[in-house]
Amino acid sequence: MNGLTVFIDGIGLLGPGLPNWDEARPILRGEAPLVLAAPTLPAPMALPSAERRRVGLPVKLSMAVGFEAAKHAGIDPAHLPNVFSSTGGDCDNCHMILEALASNDRQISPTRFHNSVHNAPSGYWSIATGCREASTSLCAFDATFAAALLETASQACAYGKPCLLVGYDTAYPDPLYSIRPIPYTFGIGMVLSPRRSKHSLAQIRLNLSTASPDSCESPQMESLRTSLPCARSLPLLNRLAAKKHGTVTLDYLEELSMQVELSA
Amino acid sequence: MQAIRLSHFTMSSALGAGLMPTLTRLQTQDGGIVRKRWETLDFDTCIGEVAGLDDFAIRADLARFDCRNNRLAQLALEQDGFAQTVREAIARYGRHRVGVFLGTSTSGILTSEIAYRHLDPVTGLLPPGHDYRHTHNSYSVADFVRHYFNLAGPAFVISTACSSGAKALGSAQRLIQAGLIDAAVVGGVDTLCLTTLYGFNSLQLVSDQPCRPFDAHRNGISIGEAASFILLEGVAAPQAGDILLTGVGESSDAHHMSSPHPDGLGARLAMEGALAQAGLQPQDIDYINLHGTATPSNDSAEAKGVEAVFGSQTPCSSTKGHTGHTLGAAGGVEAIISALALQHQFMPGGINTQELDPTLHCNYLLTNRSQAMHHVLSNSFGFGGSNCSLILSQVQP
Repeated sequence: MNGLTVFIDGIGLLGPGLPNWDEARPILRGEAPLVLAAPTLPAPMALPSAERRRVGLPVKLSMAVGFEAAKHAGIDPAHLPNVFSSTGGDCDNCHMILEALASNDRQISPTRFHNSVHNAPSGYWSIATGCREASTSLCAFDATFAAALLETASQACAYGKPCLLVGYDTAYPDPLYSIRPIPYTFGIGMVLSPRRSKHSLAQIRLNLSTASPDSCESPQMESLRTSLPCARSLPLLNRLAAKKHGTVTLDYLEELSMQVELSA
Repeated sequence: MQAIRLSHFTMSSALGAGLMPTLTRLQTQDGGIVRKRWETLDFDTCIGEVAGLDDFAIRADLARFDCRNNRLAQLALEQDGFAQTVREAIARYGRHRVGVFLGTSTSGILTSEIAYRHLDPVTGLLPPGHDYRHTHNSYSVADFVRHYFNLAGPAFVISTACSSGAKALGSAQRLIQAGLIDAAVVGGVDTLCLTTLYGFNSLQLVSDQPCRPFDAHRNGISIGEAASFILLEGVAAPQAGDILLTGVGESSDAHHMSSPHPDGLGARLAMEGALAQAGLQPQDIDYINLHGTATPSNDSAEAKGVEAVFGSQTPCSSTKGHTGHTLGAAGGVEAIISALALQHQFMPGGINTQELDPTLHCNYLLTNRSQAMHHVLSNSFGFGGSNCSLILSQVQP
């Protein structure tokens, strides 16, 4: 089986103690400690001011990692087909709709409603970047990262051009938090290209597998990996940061994992 | 490269459960939208509801998935011998080689809407047993179908609002052609919920009567619910009569969150993308199943996009007057209606429309037309400016 072969040309990262890809690399290599603290999200300056006021955490988070990944890849985001992925979409917004619908005044504002669609961050992204390329938004609960990696790589191969993966996880407030805890916001961006470029960090070959997923060596990082769907990417990021080649197995679904072969 | 065949399909909507009532009611131009007060809604509205879901029993071993959306999924899977055909494909290819890619916009959120009415007055906690993961989470319906067939292949849900069900076909196409899987269950499932009913009302996008696509006096959508399932298979040598997915075009408007680009620019890019992938010219398309939601802005933008690509002569219609707008399921529903049109050689005329809007320069059909066709195009556009056009082609003898 040949699998899908692509090059990783740029990474964006924003999670607890992981402020961006450059600063996160020594931490991912285990050379510096991971200090778990809620990340600071930059304002989405690329949006017109009227839109900027309407958006929540997922838009800020996805824009931060999307722009960072595109910048590292040296590509104008307007030219990148993209795959947005999240286990819950805009969880704050969803909670507020559910509260309103359970109250005596069920009116939902138009903005609240259009922000409720899972693809709202991808819509704001296309408005901010002027990108008219294909944009997908997907979810696979805890398996969302591997699903997005598969979709993005298959698009890059099918379209013959670089594509952007954006993953973002944010938390519901209570009461949903108590049954779906997301302890930290965590976002990842990744530009996958079908061709090697001067920005290529590594070649990866993806295959479906039944091998057990790899864990992270650091207990703190492992706790992130198991509690945040987007952080299921950490075993891959550990290797990319250390420039270590070989095979890493990422968590996907029951009876199915994602095998990633890294080479130069 | 392998051709992508629609080996089997089924849909359940306000037109009925399975293909037989769907086909009959398309052929008799008999719509399924009715006025009623649904659930605890505090106003009457015109909806396309699927009968029997309140009392439908989900398979006992999958009880954790029980919610309106997954009930409709199971009801639909069990029509037209679809589930049996999928099981035969699994036996041919293996459990790891069949994917599940489905569209939905609101999944089983209705269960959380109801649960929030019953929070514990002291602790504020959700009622015991509320299963967010298997009902409300967007992935729930693909998870349900993967377990229904005991599959072990790749799966995810696409949630790009009203283009979701169409885009699911594109994801499967790419993974089959990349050789990672041999077949996939695709389509979409979306069911009535308060989020959607109150939300579209807040945007003043809901008509006070069954929706009238492309009418001069159209004034909004009618919300519907549906499940659409298609078994896509990679085939090396398609046979005469086979229906193939030959073109998928996807684009973004980059314009506005809840209104389309006024000139239909994104729609146009999606249609052109589908034609390019299929290797077809605009004049090769025999019929267009429009997105045609019956909002003033959608139909106007779509008509401009269609005219820019096809001119004003290609026969087209919207079937939202029959089913209502089934949101994340609509792309799958309308792919299936397009496949039925190819198989039964008829173009379904749009219903409810009384007076065609003279400013929309399209050959919009108000009556059914019997005609053999080779290629049909189906449009699906969603909030966030997400567009997808599909081309289905019937292999000629």
